[in-house]
Amino acid sequence: MIGLAGAGVAGIAATGGALALTSGKNPEPKPVAGIGDAVPFYGARQAGIITPAQDRLHFVAFDVITGKKAELLAMLEAWTAAAARMTAGLDAGTIGAVGGIPEAPPDDTGEAIGLPASGLTLTIGFGPGLFRDAGGKDRFGIADRKPQALADLPHFPGDAIDPRISGGDICIQACAHDPQVAVHAVRNLARIGMGVVSVRWSQLGFGRTSSTSVSQDTPRNLFGFKDGTANLKAEETALLDDHLWVKPGDGPEWMAGGSYLVSRKIRMIVETWDRTSLVEQETIVGRTKGTGAPLTGKAEFDEPDFAAVDGEGEPVIALEAHVRLAHHSQNSGARMLRRGYNYVDGSDGLGRLDAGLFFISYQRDPHRQFVPVQTALARKDVMNEYIRHVSSGLFACPPGLVAADDHWGRALLS
Amino acid sequence: MRTTARLIATTGATALLIAGCGDDATKTAAAGDGRITVAASDTSCEVAKAESAAGTVTFTVANKGAKVTEFYVYAAGDRVMGEVENIAPGLSRELIVELAAGQYETACKPGMIGKGIRNGFVVTGSSAPLTEDAKLAQATADYQRYVKSQTGALIEKTTEFVDAVKKGDKEKAKALFPVSRTYWERIEPVAEIFGDLDPAIDGREDGLEPGQEFTGYHRIEKDLWQTGDISKSGPIADKLLVDVQKIVDLANSTPLSPLQLANGAKELLDEVATGKITGEEDRYSHTDLWDFNANVEGSKAAIAALRPALEEKDPALVKTLDEKFAAVTASLEKHRAGDGWKLHNELTQADLKQLSDDINALAEPISKVAGLVAGK
Repeated sequence: MIGLAGAGVAGIAATGGALALTSGKNPEPKPVAGIGDAVPFYGARQAGIITPAQDRLHFVAFDVITGKKAELLAMLEAWTAAAARMTAGLDAGTIGAVGGIPEAPPDDTGEAIGLPASGLTLTIGFGPGLFRDAGGKDRFGIADRKPQALADLPHFPGDAIDPRISGGDICIQACAHDPQVAVHAVRNLARIGMGVVSVRWSQLGFGRTSSTSVSQDTPRNLFGFKDGTANLKAEETALLDDHLWVKPGDGPEWMAGGSYLVSRKIRMIVETWDRTSLVEQETIVGRTKGTGAPLTGKAEFDEPDFAAVDGEGEPVIALEAHVRLAHHSQNSGARMLRRGYNYVDGSDGLGRLDAGLFFISYQRDPHRQFVPVQTALARKDVMNEYIRHVSSGLFACPPGLVAADDHWGRALLS
Repeated sequence: MRTTARLIATTGATALLIAGCGDDATKTAAAGDGRITVAASDTSCEVAKAESAAGTVTFTVANKGAKVTEFYVYAAGDRVMGEVENIAPGLSRELIVELAAGQYETACKPGMIGKGIRNGFVVTGSSAPLTEDAKLAQATADYQRYVKSQTGALIEKTTEFVDAVKKGDKEKAKALFPVSRTYWERIEPVAEIFGDLDPAIDGREDGLEPGQEFTGYHRIEKDLWQTGDISKSGPIADKLLVDVQKIVDLANSTPLSPLQLANGAKELLDEVATGKITGEEDRYSHTDLWDFNANVEGSKAAIAALRPALEEKDPALVKTLDEKFAAVTASLEKHRAGDGWKLHNELTQADLKQLSDDINALAEPISKVAGLVAGK
């Protein structure tokens, strides 16, 4: 495994170099340390939130189809064991993909044989439906443990949410530097969960659109702009305590130290965007396309000056520019840790790419952070001409597991 | 159908079969408590006695109802100890069955559907417990007997179907199409051992190779439902019956191994998951739920035959399988329409998701059976 891991790292590094050569203009990409390495599964916080954003995503939402709490707990325990193994670069089960008897199906599906851990993180969240089902029934006797923060998100103007790819009782965010590793993890968890949970929807993301650490460059979304420049970063520990992590007393005890995840699949009509002039694109975003600097500054991380006006007295950053509407200074200080991914789900049959942004944000309280920001964007953002929100999810991600004998869901369900 | 035979041939298991061979429900009655009459109607199932001494027991089943019926003797977990299929109204049929001491259930199934009308049946006396190998041998013998009764009914119903097609009686042929297929679908993995015949009998048009003729059930299905013209279907119908007879003869003369039973049980559910949930199998008639139900029944019969061996190896798994089979059956029952089923295109996406979830929940634990039977 170790030898192969080395080969994997070399392969990825070589690809990065080739890209840099052919694109010419771009600077050499920063070398990413330990792209094949494992990220620790156990810890006070769940991995996959402030972990430097990996390149690939497979996000899956499950419906819980059993009515028996014991079955659900047993599955979550089995999931935890498999997740601890897979994030360490091991097979999902102790027998493995090829280690068992020939007459029995293997306890690992095998497509990650020879691949390193690849920074795999598996982050679990619990949705509103786990507490009360669609009929309002408290099916597992935990309705009194439902956090207020998990109240349904409101309908935002312009929403085109498809319920078939929204919501869910449990989510797993699988992130890795290798898409095969992320898909392998989700597939094996889905298999282990057969009869207890059923996949409701899932989404692949192929390129991160946020940096969650100052060690990372800001990547670009499919509009070609740097995304998440003003994101919360792992190193900003005081801000994380205020904006990201749930504090004791915020709600039920089982969520203290956790965070709330909002997912929004945002379809981008890239074809019409691509016909838009550069100046209009930059006006809509409020930043330059090249460096990502605010229109009032020179470098990416210059603070936008929302008060600045041009010679005719007009704001340099338009009143309805995306960066203004989304900025924490314009939203009572509301900040989020964004962790989204670009997606392309093939094409839509109308000669267009079915492409966009799978937005993920983590925050201490979505109703004080995501909701006001999205309300402002939904009302005023000119970018809305080019996007549609088609899926929505809200999940409570508990704190991490510290003890090796603890398992997912125990604090909530036991 | 599949284009390749998927049952894995095994060595070393054949010897186990010898102990169980020779059971034949049609042979003359031996000792025991003599004949037990069963008066079956559309709403009742009166079994003259509720107990018997261990040994050979003979039931004489008279169908006094207006619907075709079936009669079963079940051990725990609906393990079929013996059954007679396809008893037409007014007819009497005999069931001769070897029963060791224990608790059983009898069932009449008017209309050939559902759980049937059940009665308890107690067999007294002593019988030595079977060894593990003997339990597996018994499993294959029991299942072989099931194959025999199913193939018998398959021939009868397919003959009726073929006759209706040749007489140009479209409505009768349409009614018989899903019924005759039921016996096929229950034992399909056995049929698939014989690679060439399966596509000729159950092939779908899009599965053909260039130059191959579209024949079998689905060709006639297309003639009945899509083109609506069966005036030229006679030769296809004749060929179907010839092919079915061939496969029935082969199925009854080929010994099966316990591992084949285990894999067959899983493959039947795979058939459901890939072909029936999607409505691909019966795309012209949309009678997929008949096949769905038959696949599940066949899977259950194979697992039931293995039950005594599984009880010893993993009782928790047996309990899980009982629960999951019951869940599938309960979900399917919601789509009952009279003596048959709703059409596939009458189900909503949510209905199909529910059925898919239930099949997955069952197929996953069933996939563990083969490893247990292999016994390593």
